[in-house]
Order: sequence, then C-alpha cells, then structure tokens
Amino acid sequence: MKLTSMKDAVSRYVPDGAVVAIEGFTAFICFSAAHEIIRQKKRDLTLCRMTPDLIYDQMVAAGCAQKLVFSYMGNPGVGSLHCIRRAVEKGIPQPLEIEEYSHFGMVGRYLAGAAKLPFYPLRSYYGADLAQANPRIKFIQDPYGSGQIAVVPALNPDVAIIHAQRADEQGNTQLWGLVGMQKEAAFSARHVIVVAEEIVGEDVIRSDPNRTLIPHMVVDAVVHQPKGAHPSYAQGYYDRDNQFYLAWDTVSREEQQVEAWLEEWVYGLEDWAAYLAKLEAQEPGIWERLAAGEAYSQPVNYGVYR
Amino acid sequence: MVMNDYTSSELMIAASARALQGERVVFVGVGMPNIACNLARRTVAPDLELVYESGVFGARPARLPLSIGDPTLVSGATSVCSMADLFMNYLQGGRIEAAFLGAAQIDRFGNLNSTVIGEYAHPKVRLPGSGGACEIAIHAKKVFLITPLSKRTFVEKLDFVTSPGHLDGRPDGRSRLGIPGGGPQLVVTNKANFVFDQESKEMVLSSLHPGVTFEEVQAEVSWPLKSVSALEETVPPTTEELRLMREELDPDGIYTGRK
Repeated sequence: MKLTSMKDAVSRYVPDGAVVAIEGFTAFICFSAAHEIIRQKKRDLTLCRMTPDLIYDQMVAAGCAQKLVFSYMGNPGVGSLHCIRRAVEKGIPQPLEIEEYSHFGMVGRYLAGAAKLPFYPLRSYYGADLAQANPRIKFIQDPYGSGQIAVVPALNPDVAIIHAQRADEQGNTQLWGLVGMQKEAAFSARHVIVVAEEIVGEDVIRSDPNRTLIPHMVVDAVVHQPKGAHPSYAQGYYDRDNQFYLAWDTVSREEQQVEAWLEEWVYGLEDWAAYLAKLEAQEPGIWERLAAGEAYSQPVNYGVYR
Repeated sequence: MVMNDYTSSELMIAASARALQGERVVFVGVGMPNIACNLARRTVAPDLELVYESGVFGARPARLPLSIGDPTLVSGATSVCSMADLFMNYLQGGRIEAAFLGAAQIDRFGNLNSTVIGEYAHPKVRLPGSGGACEIAIHAKKVFLITPLSKRTFVEKLDFVTSPGHLDGRPDGRSRLGIPGGGPQLVVTNKANFVFDQESKEMVLSSLHPGVTFEEVQAEVSWPLKSVSALEETVPPTTEELRLMREELDPDGIYTGRK
C-alpha cells in the first residue's frame, strides 16, 4: 500500500543528509511536503531545484539545507529570495554551499540521471563564466569532430517529490499544464513521493494513458493532499496565490519575521489540514479568489481493439 | 497620430514591439518583454508565436502573466511541452528567432551579468543567476535587451559573464566558439536605443528618446559612447499602441509605470 500520510512519507524517505528534489517550474510546487520536512526538522539536506522559489527559501531559513543545487534563484515575477541570499551572502542562519547551473544544465542533469548516463552534452556555457565558477561543468571534444561541447554530470537525487493533479493508489500519476522536469526528476531519483490533488481509480488512469507522466513502478509513496501546492498552483484546480509571493518578499527581508512566520504557519501547526484551515480562517474567500475556472479539453478516442 | 502623454516604460515597450516586425517565433520574458511581444502580435507581427521557457509554444495569455510559469500561458496555447523538449528541440534546435533578455550589468559588447555583483565566491549581491539566459543568448538568432539606462548597469567590465553577447568584439568571436545565434541586436532603455556596429560589434547609440540629449545618455554609460551616423529621435508610442497597452495588455499599469 503506497497511499500514506505526508508525515509518514517524509519521515520514511527524507532522512537527514538526503539529496532532495522537489521539482515543478512555478507550477506544482509541493509546499505541503516542504512544510512537513521543516516540521520534522530535517537537517543537512542537499536541495535540488531549477528554481529554488519560496519553497527552498523557507527550507533554507528553517535550517534544513547544507547545499543548494539550482539554476535560477529568484522570487518569480517578484524579485529576490531573501533567505537564500542571507545564507549565501552572510551565512545566516548557516552557510549554504551552492552548486549552480543554467536551466538547460539542470534539465540535462536530470535527463542523464534518469537514463543512467554519466553526463549530458549540451551547447551552452560558451563565452560565459559559469563553467569556471562550477568546475563540475566541463568541456569535452566531440568525438565526431564538431569541436568543444559542454557536459554536466548526472543528477540522481535520493528522493524526488512530485506534485500532480491526480494519481491512483499505486502511484500512476497524471499531470497536465507545465510538465516542467517532473518526469525526468522522478525517473532520476532513488525514491519518489507523489503528492496528488485527487486520488482516482485505475480505470481513470487507463482511460487516458498518454496523460500518465509517471508510472507506478518508480513511485514509493502516494500522498493525497488537496491544495497541497499553495501558494503555488495546480493547473485547472487553483491559481497561484500571487499575494502570498508578494507578501513573502516583505516577510523574508528580516530573519526574525521569517522565524515568527515559520512558528505561526509551520511549527505551530499539526499538518497541512491545519494550514488550510488557518488560511481559510484568515481569508474566507481565498479559494474563490484563486478559482481556476473551467476550460475542458475535447475528449479523444483511443479506440477499442479486441 | 502621436500622444505626448506616455510613460518611459510605454515608450520602451512600443520600441521593443516594433523591433519584432516580421518575426515569427519569439522567446518571451515576464514584465515589459511580455507586453512588448503581445503588443507586437496585435500590431507589426500578427503571426508571432510566443514561446516561454516554462515549456509553452504559441501562448495566448488571457491576462497579464505574473511569471513565466503563469497558468494563463497554458490555457489556449498551441503546445505545452517538457522543459527538456523546450531547451533541446525548440531552443538548441535553432527554432527561436528572437528573444528578450535583461541583466544587472551590460558591457559595450552586449555581454550580460545576472549572477553576482562582487566576487562569485563572496558576492556583495547575489542575483538570480542564468536560468535559461545563457542558452537563450547562445541559441536565439537575435537577442533584444530591455533595461533602464544607468551607469551601474552599463559598465566597463562585468563582475561575471552570465550570458555571452559579442564577447570581446571580434566579428567572428561567437562563431569561433561554436555559438550559433546572432547575439544582441538592439538595446532599449528609458532614455535611448542602441544597436551593435557591424564591424566593431560595439554598442552604439541609434536613437534618442524625445527630449533626451547625448550628454544625458553618456552620463549613464561607463564607456565613451559612439553614435550611428544617422542618429534619430525615437518615435513615441502611437495612439493605437497606447490604447492596446492601457486597455488590453496592462490595464492596471503594473509594468507600464502608470500605477
């Protein structure tokens, strides 16, 4: 039985010191998993994500991370990630080692990791300084004679956490909208936790196999967590809470404010249900404000072949 | 007809949109580039396909996207793909004609820094880093830069090269390194626009915005500035461009500076 609670999934698959990838490019960012990791006071994690976003800003502020592997550290559409900047620039609350790539570099690392290749070749980093700043980015000679090509090493996280619209109890996961690096991150990882807005029957999955991004065989745990990506979003379920992203820009500027926020919204709460209840008490109309509306795709015919 | 009541952001957006005349595939960023690309699609480039690095081709955003991963980019798009597809097949595959970039520092050859101010290991200011910028700068056939003019931005020497422009100015510098894209072609600022000289690859002044003098521009640029021989005045936004920006593309004035 893979269906389990967030508490159990994190406790079992996110040990101290683990290499963790909670992916999702602006969309499907699994804050409910991050809050549980913070609440369980996990330490010395290596956090991998193309865009660390607020989720890793919070985890770094909470002291969970010793290293960050990334390609763009900004608050998307807003500005800086102040907690990560404090850690990098001033060592607060503790120094944070960084390993930096470009987006394509991170994409290539997951691709190589998923395919069990040692590295991934890409046409990038020419005339730029990143390969000097990060010695793990190297140039090799194309054996077929086209000249120098950049390579990045495979990334194989200990655990990937993937948020999606729906999955069945076995972990067959369907996702639509910005699929980002979700599939490659899942296949590259030793363990996978899927967090789904809805748990559906296997028949729903089998009715639309092209939409299945991640098959059950790579999934270790399935967590049913509606609205589990707030303040990020799940396409067709709820919108990004941009007000939160703007508010975090203010909160995150001061270390004490962040500590108070973590106390109020993470440590002081039992679980994500309590977080949602607190959110709804603070703003009763929140889900109307973040409603996705309806725009259904046209059904397709897979046919019956017997 | 031209209105004289407009913000410098509106002028920058209009100038950027016009640069997309005839283009078919543009890599879009958030903020001003997003409005410029949507404006271009309604004016000078009706066939323009908007590509976002989040994995969207042919976006038709129904509202102003607040990030490059906004769900409004997905609904109604031609195609949504993985980021592996986006970077491998669309960008590295040479399908992107034009792209917009910004940066904290730009040098005279259009090389860009969006990584650190100060030393990399001990930064004074840690900036977001490359994201897709390094690959966009390498693979897009043309790169357009939008940024406010400031001496802090237009520097003699970058603290870090995040994205290659015309490197050290040698005309074959990019091709010698195996860089397929054409590099920066245009810089749009709040005071003037710049192009890159065919021979020297140096950024040169091409048009001054109405009411701005050469000296005012030079004061915000760290190197001795040259001009094209036929220096022009930037054409201000037209009534129709302003109407589209104010009524349809950014009704709240978030990026057009009217808020």
